[in-house]
Amino acid sequence: MPARFRLTEGGRIDRSNPISFTFNGKVYQGFEGDTLASALLANGVHLVGRSFKYHRPRGIMSAGAEEANALIQVGEGARTDPNLRATQIELVDGLTASSQNCWPSVEFDVSIVNNLASRLIPSGFYYKTFMWPASLWMTYEKVIRNAAGLGKAPEGPDPDSYDRTFAHCDVLVVGAGPTGLAAALSAGRSGARVILSEQEATLGGSLQSEPNLEIEGKPALEWVEAARAELEGLENVRLLTRTQTYGYFDHNFIGLMENLTDHLKEKPANLPRHRLWKLRAKQVVIATGSIERPLVFSDNDRPGIMLASACRTYLNRYGVKPGSKAVLFTNNDGAYAAALDMHKAGIHVAAIVDLRANSEGPLTEAARDAGLRILTDHAIIATAGDKRVKAVQVAPLSADGESARGGGEKIDCDLVAVSGGWNPTVHLHSQSRGKILFDDSHACFVPGDSAQASTVAGACNGSFGLGGCLSEGHDAGLAAAKAVGFDGKGSASAPSAEDRDFLPARWLWLVPGDKPLGHGGKHFVDVQNDVTAADLHLALREGYRSIEHVKRYTTTGMGTDQGKTSNVNAIAIVSQYFGCPIPDVGVTTFRPPYTPVTFGVFAGRDIGDLLDPARKTPMHALHEQAGAAFEDVGQWKRPWYFPHDGEDMHQAVNREVRACRDSVGVMDASTLGKIDIQGKDAAEFLNRIYTNAWLKLKISSCRYGLMLGENGMVMDDGVTSRLGENHFLMTTTSGNAAPVLAHLEEYLQTEWPELEVYLTSVTEQFATVSIAGPNARKLLAELTDDIDLSAEAFPFMTFRQGRVAGIPARVFRISFTGDLSYEINVPASYGAALWQAIMNTGEKYAITPYGTEAMHVLRAEKGFIIVGQDTDGSVTPIDLGMDWIVSKTKDFVGRRSLYRADMDKPDRKQLVGLLTDAPDTVLPEGAQLVEKIETGPTMAMLGHVTSSYHSPNCERSIAMALIKGGRARMGQKLYSPQADGKVITCSVSDVVFYDKEGERTRG
Amino acid sequence: MLEINCPYCGPRFETEFSYGGEAHIERPKDSENLSDEEWGEYVFMNSNTKGVFLERWVHTSGCRRWFNVARDTVSYKILAVYETGTEPPELDLRKDV
Repeated sequence: MPARFRLTEGGRIDRSNPISFTFNGKVYQGFEGDTLASALLANGVHLVGRSFKYHRPRGIMSAGAEEANALIQVGEGARTDPNLRATQIELVDGLTASSQNCWPSVEFDVSIVNNLASRLIPSGFYYKTFMWPASLWMTYEKVIRNAAGLGKAPEGPDPDSYDRTFAHCDVLVVGAGPTGLAAALSAGRSGARVILSEQEATLGGSLQSEPNLEIEGKPALEWVEAARAELEGLENVRLLTRTQTYGYFDHNFIGLMENLTDHLKEKPANLPRHRLWKLRAKQVVIATGSIERPLVFSDNDRPGIMLASACRTYLNRYGVKPGSKAVLFTNNDGAYAAALDMHKAGIHVAAIVDLRANSEGPLTEAARDAGLRILTDHAIIATAGDKRVKAVQVAPLSADGESARGGGEKIDCDLVAVSGGWNPTVHLHSQSRGKILFDDSHACFVPGDSAQASTVAGACNGSFGLGGCLSEGHDAGLAAAKAVGFDGKGSASAPSAEDRDFLPARWLWLVPGDKPLGHGGKHFVDVQNDVTAADLHLALREGYRSIEHVKRYTTTGMGTDQGKTSNVNAIAIVSQYFGCPIPDVGVTTFRPPYTPVTFGVFAGRDIGDLLDPARKTPMHALHEQAGAAFEDVGQWKRPWYFPHDGEDMHQAVNREVRACRDSVGVMDASTLGKIDIQGKDAAEFLNRIYTNAWLKLKISSCRYGLMLGENGMVMDDGVTSRLGENHFLMTTTSGNAAPVLAHLEEYLQTEWPELEVYLTSVTEQFATVSIAGPNARKLLAELTDDIDLSAEAFPFMTFRQGRVAGIPARVFRISFTGDLSYEINVPASYGAALWQAIMNTGEKYAITPYGTEAMHVLRAEKGFIIVGQDTDGSVTPIDLGMDWIVSKTKDFVGRRSLYRADMDKPDRKQLVGLLTDAPDTVLPEGAQLVEKIETGPTMAMLGHVTSSYHSPNCERSIAMALIKGGRARMGQKLYSPQADGKVITCSVSDVVFYDKEGERTRG
Repeated sequence: MLEINCPYCGPRFETEFSYGGEAHIERPKDSENLSDEEWGEYVFMNSNTKGVFLERWVHTSGCRRWFNVARDTVSYKILAVYETGTEPPELDLRKDV
């Protein structure tokens, strides 16, 4: 059965293709080509939501992106979107939609009491009321979020996929109305690569709502159809429909969101739901048209009150009667077209209420000729009706238009079509930082000079007649193509059409009501945020002056619609209050996105496993087989510890640590950053980068180095080996390899370009296996026959090349555990083979794989720092007690900073050891330390614990800490108050806890 | 998002680059003789120019090379791109915003 308010013919819907959908649990019928809004209106459903603050019944106020009332929740469960505009939702079979912001239902909403209590909820209510105590804000917020707020977030992860793509074009044309089509045609014909983006599924824009207009002497839609066919045939033109151009950023970078599947009943598995286009356009033609402005009058928000142009769209495009008995309320001639269309469609036009002192103009005359009742110099001073408007009170205006004369006449109606003029959709132009000017004749903001390579054309440029739109669009497209080097030959002349805009008009920004402002009746300025003219006046009385402040205080023009219908009215009402011209008030910033963008497109495919790459060493699979627990170090997956059956982490780590001191342990150190440094000035370069001396390092020797920032703070450390006269291999901490390489390159390229040095990251080219413990030498001896491992032939801090397990290897005798240790580097592809060979051969020594946790304990036993754990960007080598590594005879990066007066302060934090009084107590890392426990809430903090472990080899807890003047406090008792109120007592010690003479390392 | 014309790779998105602050600040060779204030000036203090600013960029996700850019900090327009160690080209410093 056709819906009650559907016309039997006309419109751009397909009556042979019925669609069922569900709204608020009830099933309705619509047609292919409908939006949710048009289908609801066809079924006589006007009440679709409740307002944000007062929970007033709200209907559909527009037919496009500017919709501020009919915000709808579409879908259910995990597949749901809040705050979609019913006017932009394409109807699809099985669509499930519901009202938002109402409980228990849109018909009966208990929070409507907010409306009765509205005098208690003025602008700035939340700022004023919930100021104190701050701790209660969490409670307030929950209540407020339930009572106010818009739609609901999905329950569960998004089941759809999203995509992102990059694109480039010569000319982007935004909007496929008459202006945009003309621009795309002229640019496309010239040969430029053109993208034409259109937010709707179909082309033509406003022409789709115009039954009477002609272009080139033919019905306008025939011209649209021919334009579509021609553009589709041009290989250099791409049409992007259902694509919202939501943001205009620097250097003609444009964000577009394409909707690929929302309108499909069956969603093809190969298509993403939405696609983000990151587009760089050489030239942009902004042809985004204009949006009709509502009038600000008393209780102008009831369901059934909508923009006059929306009435026309529902009638002409969707074949829907938005009411049976209508009143047109206008300040201009153009809106009379709505009265004429309604009259023709059989809607009873009860009256045309015209604010103008003289009702004149071509359409006004046509209405007069049609016998329609015109009430000149009249205003709607009140409206009635709860869930749908049912009557308006109409009265003549006083001479100045600031009040009504008499109580007026009541006119019954179920539809009020409103027009307050038109606002060019200058959002994108404003986002591009183009200037905005005020057009006095049309009383609207229009684009001024462009700041980027863009042009604005058509209604968006304040050119409201069709003829002007077509010629401006044509010229803009041609100029854009010429600007990128196309000659424009082959381009026809601009299509011609009648050029007539909506003037004459009268600008009465605040329509008087039957009661004084703020004393009954609400003059809504921003319906989405429930901001009234009285709220604006209150903010001004309270002293707000800047329009940006008024906007934030009252929230007018904020929210998902970004003030598309409210901004100019708000600015005009403010200007009137101050008695200054509108341009003096200024205009608030238009921010992206133009309409909300799905979060999913920004994430695209970078979700789940693809969020961040996981880097794995060549031995990773073996570690997995061994049951390793892993930890993330940067992007690397590193074995954390290798638990045996029944072991917890603590037990496993203790076992691993003991094995490295008692027999031999083995660790995968492949993640250490490795930088190959070559060139005749390599030694000189290292000498400038590191704090210690490098020129005389012998070939085949290794040296530990500290690297500082120019501010003197420790940046990285590691061992670098001299492979040849002009060849070094630097190691960096695992997480710091890329920043260190960048640091080196920066100095090499920008400060010392005279040095001949080449840097290559070789981290992933080598696998590194570290064996440590008293049996390390014996084990290695069984695996190599061409390296003399004796302490004399292969001393500590040297390296040899040879074969290990038959694999060509670089063997470094260096140690991070403090025990006899070798780091064996082999080509990455041999990593697993080497590991396996070492495990097999090591069996007789009970070889124990150990992870990063055991490594941390081992190095802490020796007092070795980890940059980034024991340092934090405010720590110098001197603070670490590492003066021995700082050269006094040469310059290096950061050197001068070490001689600043502040560096000598005795209360600088210094690295020391801590021993707890109770040997079994392990201080938490990050714990604060104080000299004495105070009773008050604040205590003077001396520093904090940077590393803390149970040391099985010391058979007690050990910790490292940065403590003010720490080295002068040896033996001093310090206290660490804990969150649970307990206090851990400890004493300051040397930072080396085990084998202080280093005999094990060198043996 | 800026489009930066890397002198070695051509125009690329800003996300491929890293910023290096003000250009043409030479690391002092005689830092021994600088006062703490003078050294601090070098390490910490950059100009915050409104208008044309000469700055350093590095093509981190590309050729890894450093170069200089003349950019208007008001309009974000890039007026010139030139190699490290060379003098900035003659610029038309007309304000276009």
